[in-house]
Amino acid sequence: MSMTIRADSQANELLQTVEALSGQRLAACYQCGTCAATCPFVAAMDLPPDRLIQQLRFGLPGVLERRAFWVCVGCDSCAERCPRAIAVPRVMEALRLIAIRERGDRLAVAQLPAATLRDLPPIALVASLRRNTG
Amino acid sequence: MQLAYYPGCTIKASARQHEQAALAILRALGVELREMAEWNCCGVVHTLTSANLIRHMAPVRVLARLRQQGAHEVVTLCDMCFNTLARANLLARQQPEQFAAISASTDSELRYDGDASVLHLLQVLRDRVGLAALRARVRRPLRELRVYPYYGCKLLRPSTVGIDDPEIPTLLRDLLEALGATVIEGHLQTRCCGAYQAVDQPELVAERVTATAAQARAGGAEAIVLSCPLCHFNFDTLQPRNGAPLPVFYYTQVIGLAFGLEPEELGLETRQIDQLPPLRQRDRAQAKGGAA
Repeated sequence: MSMTIRADSQANELLQTVEALSGQRLAACYQCGTCAATCPFVAAMDLPPDRLIQQLRFGLPGVLERRAFWVCVGCDSCAERCPRAIAVPRVMEALRLIAIRERGDRLAVAQLPAATLRDLPPIALVASLRRNTG
Repeated sequence: MQLAYYPGCTIKASARQHEQAALAILRALGVELREMAEWNCCGVVHTLTSANLIRHMAPVRVLARLRQQGAHEVVTLCDMCFNTLARANLLARQQPEQFAAISASTDSELRYDGDASVLHLLQVLRDRVGLAALRARVRRPLRELRVYPYYGCKLLRPSTVGIDDPEIPTLLRDLLEALGATVIEGHLQTRCCGAYQAVDQPELVAERVTATAAQARAGGAEAIVLSCPLCHFNFDTLQPRNGAPLPVFYYTQVIGLAFGLEPEELGLETRQIDQLPPLRQRDRAQAKGGAA
C-alpha cells in the first residue's frame, strides 16, 4: 500500500480552508497531545484532536469522513490548556462547516422522535442545530 | 438593587423552577430583576468560524435592545446564554468591524458598540450581594447536607469570559459552605457533561454524567448542585436507572431552602425534598416538635 503525503501546503486546500475559517495556524501545533489528554470525549473520537491536526497538516485523505469533529461539543477544556494557544474547538467547527457545505446537514429535526422533541430543553435543540446544520 | 434581566428560552420552558427560586431568593435579599422587553433567543452557542457572521445577530440584538432600553448591564441565570452573550460582547469590543457588518445588514436598526456588561446571577450573588450577606440571611443552615457542586463548561471557559478559575473554581463551594452545607469535590466538577449531544448522541452524555455522579457518590454526596439548565437536564435524565440516581438541584433552590423558604416557592416537589435525608429528617423532627 502506498500513500501520498504532501508537505507543500499550497496544495493542501482543506488545510487552507480550515485555517481561514478557524483563524488558527496549525503549523504551531507541536503534537504534545495535551488536547487529547484533556478531552472528556476522546474515547468516542475515531481520531484524537492532535492526530486530526497532524493528518490535516499532511493532507492525508479521509479527514472529512471522521466522526471526531462531530463528537466535539466545544467545551474549551483543550483550548484552555493548549501550550500553543490553538483553539481546537474552532478547528473542529471549521471541519463541521466544510462537511455540511459539501454533504448537507447532519441532523434532521423532522426525524427526531416526538418524545425527544417534547422533552429536550430548547437550548439543547438550538445548540445541536447550530452545530449540525448549515 | 435593580438589574435588567435576560431570561432566555429554556428558563421559560424546562427550567422554570430555576427562575422561580432565583426570584424568591432575590426578593429575600432585596434585589429586583426587571425582565427586558423584546428579548429573543441568544443563539445558545457562540459561532466559532469567521464565515457565519449572521449567527452573531441573535446575541447582538439582545445587547442592542438592552442599550436602547437604557440599561448598561444585564443578568442571566442560564450558563449557555451567559457564555454566548458574553462572548458576543467581547467580539463587539475586539472586532467592531464584524459588528459593523451585522449592523449594516439590519439597515443600522441594531447598533451596538460593546458598552454593556453581561453578568451571571452567581456573579451578582458573589460580587454585589456578597456571600457574607447571603450567610446572614440563612434561617435553616444546611448542616449535615453533603453536596457536590458541578460547574460544567460555560461558567468557566473560555477564561476570557469565565467567572471563576477555569481549573480550580471555588465559587459554588464558597456559596454552599456559606449555607452551612458540607461540600464534596472532585476533578470531574469542571468536565463537560456532553451538553447538546443529548439530542442525537445521548450515549456520550450518559457516560459523562454516570462518571461524575459516581465520583460525587464515592465522596459521600447526597445531591448534585449546579447552575446550567442543560447540565440539569442531562444529569436529571441520563444517570443510569439501575441504581438510585443522585438528585439534582439548582443552587438557587438550595439557597432558598437555607433561607427557610417553602419548597413550593422554589419549584421543588416533596419528592425532591424526600431525596435529601438531612432535610427530610429535620422536617420530620420539626413536625414532631410542632405536634408536641
